[in-house]
Amino acid sequence: MARRLVLSVLLPLALLALWTTAVHQRWVMEGIIPSPEQVTRSWYQWIVGGPTRSLSPYSGTWLANVLYSGRRVLEGFALAAVVGIPLGLFIGWNRLVARLVDPSVQLLRPVPITAWLPFAIAVFGIYDTSALFLIGLGAFYPIVVNTTHGVRDTNLLLLRAARMLGAGETAILTKVVFRSALPSIFTGLRLGIGIAWTAVIVAEMIAVKSGLGYVLWDAYYVGRMDICVATMFSVGLLGFLSDRAIQLLARVVLRWRTLEAHG
Amino acid sequence: MSAHVELADVYKEFATGERRVEALQGVSVAVGRNEFAAILGPSGCGKSTLLNMVAGFDAPTRGRVLFAGEPVRAPDPRRAVVFQEPALFPWYTVLDNITFGLRTRRLPPERWRAKVDTFVEQVGLRGFESHYPAELSGGMKQRVGIARVLVMDPEVLLMDEPFGSLDAQTRSVMQELLLSVWERHQQTVLFVTHDIEEALLLADTVWVMTARPGRIKKRLRVELPRPRPLEVTTSPFFNELKREVLALIRDESLKAAVER
Repeated sequence: MARRLVLSVLLPLALLALWTTAVHQRWVMEGIIPSPEQVTRSWYQWIVGGPTRSLSPYSGTWLANVLYSGRRVLEGFALAAVVGIPLGLFIGWNRLVARLVDPSVQLLRPVPITAWLPFAIAVFGIYDTSALFLIGLGAFYPIVVNTTHGVRDTNLLLLRAARMLGAGETAILTKVVFRSALPSIFTGLRLGIGIAWTAVIVAEMIAVKSGLGYVLWDAYYVGRMDICVATMFSVGLLGFLSDRAIQLLARVVLRWRTLEAHG
Repeated sequence: MSAHVELADVYKEFATGERRVEALQGVSVAVGRNEFAAILGPSGCGKSTLLNMVAGFDAPTRGRVLFAGEPVRAPDPRRAVVFQEPALFPWYTVLDNITFGLRTRRLPPERWRAKVDTFVEQVGLRGFESHYPAELSGGMKQRVGIARVLVMDPEVLLMDEPFGSLDAQTRSVMQELLLSVWERHQQTVLFVTHDIEEALLLADTVWVMTARPGRIKKRLRVELPRPRPLEVTTSPFFNELKREVLALIRDESLKAAVER
């Protein structure tokens, strides 16, 4: 356990050392890349606010911006899951629905979220709806694709067993197909939340005027690279935590699977 | 008396790309009500195909498959199947697996709780109700596979080499268990196996099949008194029967082996 911990912090510490040295030895142009100490100081002030009335416009606004971004991610992600999981179930289960919907999904999927930006702003304006649309759309694809994949992987023998036990289509879909696709669905959800964080930053840079993405772009414009770097760390941390939350939920819901692995 | 389960001149072909494989060729089998029938044949002779058609998972290419005089169209809990792989739902506990059929039919629990309890006891699953399938041995899984169909009060039990993947010890325990359960409830049974001893020990009639394409080679009556303890397998009469079947099946097994 201790050994694993040492191993996993080794690389981050090395990178931190490299960063510090690079700034102090002037390997990089001064004023462009802030030092770790500077980032830490600014980040701290950004979170708790300055000791006196600070001149920094960011002072003490971290939590508010985290909440803006977090709420958008959650809403967009929830929307993607609520639409993506049932749609994926139907695409995977019903050939007719697959023929009807799947080609459109596959054709639209390669269009990057960034390419949707002008469209979103034109249609929804500089409002939350734009951000919600982009985040939801980005998270939707991996969820729907992985759900479909999971459904198609359902063991034929289990379907036969359910049928001979008298299960109708609805019971088979909810008690067998959905349950059997759940591991895949969780893979989709994990990929989806990752894309949701990407999408929220992109959306906030351009389509709305609040949140971490907005701060990032704004700080860049006024030359506050320390705040930019602090924002990057913040997003990374939040993305990591939300992924962990989904993993935790998966472990509870898929308890039968962990037994399988060890038994 | 009309047959409870009947296959009348059944042909089954499978098409894999360009190739057509004939699995069954003019098979006719009739199983009476409350009869224990075994289908015995070498591997790949189409005996599972035969069972799948009675279950309603598969339709014949030609010929008729009848249950109580009616053509079989779809799976039905009255024709319950015990598969070779236990095919349990891994996300449900033992008890939830056993009650799956009852729950999906939305029968009120008061009506089946006592019955489920009886079968849990009879197949020896007491104390394992809240275990997940992954925590059970092969034999225990198969007990769940049997209990979950028995609680549905099936008219016909279709068993597809249910003990085929168990070790010898566990297999005889399960055969004994099946005999004791069947002697109590007396459903019509169609039991597919490649194990001669198993067929003779369990069944009233044994249908011996040929290698692919599967045809019925002979129908044998097993005139052994019931209840049958495992010890009948050592009696002279049993061995006489066994020798007879062995002779019938040897050239078929050889044929099957050569084809492989």
